[in-house]
Amino acid sequence: MHACRTIGRRLLPALALTALVVVLIAIVQSPSAPPPGAVGSDDRPGLVAALDAAVAARWTAAGIEPADPAADLAVLRRAWLALAGTIPSLEEIRRFEADGAPDRLDRWIGGLLRERRSAEYLARRLARVFAGDDQGPFLVFRRDRFTAWLADAIHDNRPVDEIVTEMVSARGLWTDTPAVNFVTQAQANGSLDAEKLAGRVARCMLGQRIDCAQCHDHPFSPVTQGQFEGLAAHFGQARITLLGLEDDPRRVHRVEAMAAAMPMPAATGMTARNVPPRVPFGEPWVPAAGTHRERLAGWLVHPDNRRFDRAIANRLWQIVFGRPWHDPVDDLPDPPPSPDGSDPVDVLAVDLRDHGRDLRRMLAALASTRIFRLASVHPLLDDDAAAGRVAEAWAAFPLSPLDPEDLITAMSQTTSLHTIDGGAPLVTRTVRFFRTLDFVRDHGRPADGAPADSVSTVPQSLLRMNGRLTRELVEANALTAAGRIAGMAADDDAAVEVVYLTMLTRRPTPEELSIMRTAIASASTRGRGVEDVCWALFNAAEFAWNH
Amino acid sequence: MASTGFGDAVDPSRRRWCVHVAGLGLSLALPALPARAAARRGVERPGSLVTVWLAGGPSQLETFDPHPGTAIGGPTRAIDTALDGVQIGADYPQLAAVLDRVSIVRSLVSKEGDHERGTHAMKTGYRPDPVLTHPSLGAVVAHELPQAGIDLPACVALGTGGFRSRGGYLGATLDPYHVPVPGGKGRNLVPPVDPGRQGRRLAAVEAVSRAFETGRAAAVRRTLHDHVRGEAIALMESPQLAAFDADAEPRAVRDAYGDTPFGRGCLVARRLVEAGVRSVEVTLAGFDTHADNFAGHAALAGTLDPALAALVTDLERRDLLDSTVILVTGEFGRTPSINPLEGRDHWPHGFSALLAGGGIARGCVVGATDPDGRARVPSDPVDVADLTATVLAALGIDFAREIATPAGRPMRLSGGRVVERLLIDGLRPRA
Repeated sequence: MHACRTIGRRLLPALALTALVVVLIAIVQSPSAPPPGAVGSDDRPGLVAALDAAVAARWTAAGIEPADPAADLAVLRRAWLALAGTIPSLEEIRRFEADGAPDRLDRWIGGLLRERRSAEYLARRLARVFAGDDQGPFLVFRRDRFTAWLADAIHDNRPVDEIVTEMVSARGLWTDTPAVNFVTQAQANGSLDAEKLAGRVARCMLGQRIDCAQCHDHPFSPVTQGQFEGLAAHFGQARITLLGLEDDPRRVHRVEAMAAAMPMPAATGMTARNVPPRVPFGEPWVPAAGTHRERLAGWLVHPDNRRFDRAIANRLWQIVFGRPWHDPVDDLPDPPPSPDGSDPVDVLAVDLRDHGRDLRRMLAALASTRIFRLASVHPLLDDDAAAGRVAEAWAAFPLSPLDPEDLITAMSQTTSLHTIDGGAPLVTRTVRFFRTLDFVRDHGRPADGAPADSVSTVPQSLLRMNGRLTRELVEANALTAAGRIAGMAADDDAAVEVVYLTMLTRRPTPEELSIMRTAIASASTRGRGVEDVCWALFNAAEFAWNH
Repeated sequence: MASTGFGDAVDPSRRRWCVHVAGLGLSLALPALPARAAARRGVERPGSLVTVWLAGGPSQLETFDPHPGTAIGGPTRAIDTALDGVQIGADYPQLAAVLDRVSIVRSLVSKEGDHERGTHAMKTGYRPDPVLTHPSLGAVVAHELPQAGIDLPACVALGTGGFRSRGGYLGATLDPYHVPVPGGKGRNLVPPVDPGRQGRRLAAVEAVSRAFETGRAAAVRRTLHDHVRGEAIALMESPQLAAFDADAEPRAVRDAYGDTPFGRGCLVARRLVEAGVRSVEVTLAGFDTHADNFAGHAALAGTLDPALAALVTDLERRDLLDSTVILVTGEFGRTPSINPLEGRDHWPHGFSALLAGGGIARGCVVGATDPDGRARVPSDPVDVADLTATVLAALGIDFAREIATPAGRPMRLSGGRVVERLLIDGLRPRA
């Protein structure tokens, strides 16, 4: 007996040391710890300062004071949603709060931008921009391959002009050369819809809605029907063959007589005719050689084509802030004759062109602006009449609704205290995939890609309150956070605090704590009580809206 | 047999008068109803639209436009109907018996041969637009004929299959409330916990709302998030939800519609229309028969025939048919030629739709397809946009009215023109 105790006493420190080492190794190897990298290169602070000045000019013009700075955790949540479509895990929150350095937000956001999951999320968002939202044509369009290719490109921080050039001009099979899916997505009724591609190129890469010009000269836009047809003609030689997407140099783009969907006053050119490719402006930017599509791509990304950079900048602004600076996101005012320091999108556009079309640089800059770090509360936001003016002046961080996909990703993240990313177990990621599909289909996506104006509907509310998915996600069992929180928390108050941190990335107010405490105490078990708190937070506006 | 076209046996205005008088009599014969419900019958009742959506592209040659004994007809036979000189597929005997209440369009043409695009073109009357999401016909009807005093959603979709209708630029509130398996208690309507716990949950979410509103009350109110939750809770507690429950009907009625999900869906559609819902869509999927076309369509007919006939007669018996338009169609038809797999492929160049009720003429047949299957265009072609215009007019809605979309671009409710002979009184203006 005595000998055993002696051996035990010697073994115990060794065991404790081993356990400590194991834990340390696990933490160090954990994929979710962002590398404490440098803030950013060279003149990025100059860019951020220029952006801040442009937005501040709005406040002055409107005569509205900006909101106070937001709490760091609130900014972290926004950044996670904007750049990775999820919310910070408890693990990340604990580590962030333990990080005492003053530039921790910049470092953490910079680190997130370099992670694979951020590239995958941004790729999904941009794939919807470039290839639309619908299912697309059977067989010749592979959204999964297209998104994966975009994710690789973003993760490697390839310049966006290279990415766009490939999308517009690549040749090959939609499986092997995923960039061609940008074009094959327009296959309809047996042929490529060049007009649809022209409209999409104009919206995504020029920031102009010229689709109306397909049928008639648009009363507001300077683009005429002839110019639209000339743009569409660049896709006139593209066709889908057994070898994939090819360009046939013998083909000519032909415009058929169209039966107008609406009675039109005498529209021009209603007979069938051949149309050569022509750009609507900036003829000197078209490269001398190449296929029609290659020349179109060269024209689009030419350094003097200011519309390209502005279109990209406005789109990224929308992704980061939830609403675009110029509304609608794909229809911008014409570029000013010289760079306009009062328009942050123009500032970003000039910077994009001058710094190698670097997307990551732009995203990091956007997340470093003062407006990104402002609170979403403001004295004038309590007043119905004044709230609109605050929004127009960008004097507070705007509220915007979460995509249903982001909603369920965030909720899935909350059921696991650990970070769900590429390193998470396959089971977790598979379950999340199918849950996401079901929920997104039932919830529905906001129409027109204009999420900022969407409001929730009764069926969505019913789905969130009573749906099977919600039940699964808030249930307290050994596998969910709710269960583990209920089991491990020292007391009810600690449980409430952990639930708030995992779901809303903040701590409860005294009033909330009091009500939640009662809810848990009144429940039959602490597990059920924690479920009720989780349910309440999931159904709150605060969870479903970015703030 | 070729269509009768304009040659209706009975003068339309006299027929309408007869139906109206008969309807009054029927109203008196029904069991005593509360005054408000009784007012919701007959021609003065605000209109509803029931869309029976045959997903996949139903073959016109096996359903409403058979050509028996021709090279393209295959083994499908045809039967006589209640309409003199008009025959439909032999698998539809019950529908044939009530066909005098129905009109057929046999010459629909669309430019879309793809399922998703074709569905969009039929359901909205417009081709897919990259910049705008067009509202479905049901959403337009619900928007133009608002319902008052009714807790139920304005647009309901029953059954699974095909591509969903949208409220589009009219707003997500007109996205249909979707019930994949109709007949039960609706969907997501029952809280999963007991009332005491539910009360604690709601108190908790209100506490979170109050905290969120601090310092941004107006901005949060504009999200309508909490307001909509209140509406959802009111719906959960509403007695009108009984409309979703098919089991409340007598056994005989349920048997008439058929013991199938689609049959139950049609029965629930009638109950919803009776309760005042503006637009109900019931989907029957499986018509995309690229292989084994004849067996496939015969099986589906076994489900579609009794349910459709029951829906028409049930609505008529309850004096609801004069204020309810029924539209039966799919995204396109199927090829006259039969492929090596005994199947038919997509064919948007002459396919069929059925119309009944509301201001729709009875017993009218529009257009004809080529019995040899060679003509690329049917006689008397009707564009799908014209179909939507006609349905709107039959409900007294001004189909040419322009509304401003969020982008500022004005858009007509329907881009087509009315097929006047499909309407009882020509263009009927709403009082």
